[in-house]
Amino acid sequence: MSFPKVRVPYLLLLPGFAFLFTFFILPIINLAQTSTQTPIAGGDTGQYEQTLAFGNYIQAFVDNKEQFARSFVYATLATIFALVIAYPLAYAIAFKSGKFKNILLVLVVAPFFTSFLLRTIAWKQILGEEGFVVPGLRSLHIISQQTTLTSTSVAVVAGMTYNFLPFMTLPLYASLERIDPRTIEAAGDLYANGITAFRMVTVPLSLPGVVAGTLLTFIPAAGDYVNAAILGSPNTKMIGNVIESRYFKIVDYPTAAALSFTLMAAILILVTLYIRKAGTEELV
Amino acid sequence: MAKERSLSPEARSILGTQISRRAVLAGAGGLGAAGLLAACGGGSSSAGGDAKTVRWGNWPLYLDYDDKTKTYPTLEKFMTQTGLTAKYFEDYNDNDEFFGKVQAQLKLGEDIGYDVVTPTDWMAARWLRLGYTQKFDAANVPNKVNILDSLASPSYDPNRESSLTWQGIMAGFGWNVQKNPKGIHTLDELFAPQNKGKIVVLTEMRDTIGVILLAQGVDITKVTENEFMNAVDFMAKKIADGWIRGVKGNEYAEDLTSGDATAVIGWSGDMFILSSENEGKFDFAIPESGGTISGDNLMIPSTASADGKKNAETLINYYYDPAVAAEVAAYVNYVCPVKGAQAAMEKIAPELVNSEYIFPTEKTASRLHIFRSLTPDEETKWSEAFQKAQGN
Repeated sequence: MSFPKVRVPYLLLLPGFAFLFTFFILPIINLAQTSTQTPIAGGDTGQYEQTLAFGNYIQAFVDNKEQFARSFVYATLATIFALVIAYPLAYAIAFKSGKFKNILLVLVVAPFFTSFLLRTIAWKQILGEEGFVVPGLRSLHIISQQTTLTSTSVAVVAGMTYNFLPFMTLPLYASLERIDPRTIEAAGDLYANGITAFRMVTVPLSLPGVVAGTLLTFIPAAGDYVNAAILGSPNTKMIGNVIESRYFKIVDYPTAAALSFTLMAAILILVTLYIRKAGTEELV
Repeated sequence: MAKERSLSPEARSILGTQISRRAVLAGAGGLGAAGLLAACGGGSSSAGGDAKTVRWGNWPLYLDYDDKTKTYPTLEKFMTQTGLTAKYFEDYNDNDEFFGKVQAQLKLGEDIGYDVVTPTDWMAARWLRLGYTQKFDAANVPNKVNILDSLASPSYDPNRESSLTWQGIMAGFGWNVQKNPKGIHTLDELFAPQNKGKIVVLTEMRDTIGVILLAQGVDITKVTENEFMNAVDFMAKKIADGWIRGVKGNEYAEDLTSGDATAVIGWSGDMFILSSENEGKFDFAIPESGGTISGDNLMIPSTASADGKKNAETLINYYYDPAVAAEVAAYVNYVCPVKGAQAAMEKIAPELVNSEYIFPTEKTASRLHIFRSLTPDEETKWSEAFQKAQGN
């Protein structure tokens, strides 16, 4: 028995499509429906009816501008810090690690062996008043007696940077690793010094990795709520925390849905602009 | 890994694909982590309810537990006595969250994976209003008569037909004894300079705002919207001015042990356990102006099968036996709702017979107040204000 060849690719697409339809498209449609509902008059907590109230979107955005802005600022900062840390790391692994390359790569991925949540809670203990960091910094007079690390925006951004670092490192490594060393040699032959060769050859060739890494860090970071919930304070709440609170605490599903959509749209727009600007046709 | 030496466009495009595939894999790792995270909170609804099983969703650290055998002694005895299998899930972490997770199934009448749940009074009221519970068959729960008189007729279930208190919870002030040697008995003492930036209050709106309202001289059994919003503003101001570090559930206990918090609005049982685990480093008191008391309630969801319901009733009845209740109370140290448990405690842990945490005296009880029940509209509006004050 044989299938006509032309149909095979479509059949291969089927499982993926069925999965996405069930677990992505359907929930998205449901979310869209929820986002325009309003409470039933005289109904109980959590009972809503469809009234196509698109005003929900405006209301939700206006009420939570601050947390939206904070999410994007934190995510941008975390992405920048992750890039600054990951680039030299990936560079060292790709070019300078010799026989330790595989071990180093395993170490980069190793944090994934433990749950995201547990790692974040561990940071809370490490940065806590009775961990070793705060008393140490205090006795060295680097921070004052009153300064704390947990429940600050510093802790939230640091937690996000830490948690998303592997997402930045791996694509960077992948693109650095496949740079043909002969191109760098050639730059040297053409009288470029180390810095110039790095700037003119290595960096441009690693750009796809930079774009992939920044996207993989920025997108989940913007929607993250775990770091802000565990390491932050009421003054560092991000949009993810608001959505969680709207959904579970206030049982206000329409606002939670409208906020989710707004967040998705905002990320989509930012990412599109970024990709256009970066012009990485190789990636998309 | 074989090096790709060619830089032809074809090769580049292949490498491009590899990159994105790698990227996708890395992304999948993240999704996996998120999935794990979600799984942490998920109830295992796969454990189906068969004729000899009862599935109970309860709050963490809320049942006597033996560290050595890794079992719950009273639950083990229940299983031996009745021949039933009890599946115990410590996954009722938060009233709103749990409700959010099971509501859709309750609405559709699909099994939520539990035959007994343990919501707090106001949430129990919501379950009852929405018809998400089943009435007990009185013949199966004869021990029901043992409930304390003070708990026997709450407004949401005046005859205790569908709910029985699991434990009573007092909310008041908890503190680090070294930082607050004189203790904390008033709101001013809570907001004393040594605690600035190290105060944590509860996510349970009725407890945090209740304690603040009582300190402001408001009767929480009759609180009005204006009074409530005033108290929320007070909290918001204390957050903005950097006094309150966080608004948390049970995690405030970790903050106390890590030193991130030196004073809290917290729950009696937690504080008792913290204090005994840390050699008296922490203490708890009902504020002079009064504290709140509420209860968590054993209830049978509307989705439990006939067998599940009967087994659930057997379980609930078992825990209303004074001797069993005393054994649980000796471990959890919350207010015991069962008459006769104080006498039974004599045999189990004589030093706890006069514990104010478990068996509050008349004098203590007179300082405890119950937050009035809210209409659905109030519930939404008030909790929205309370969430906004926490930066949500």
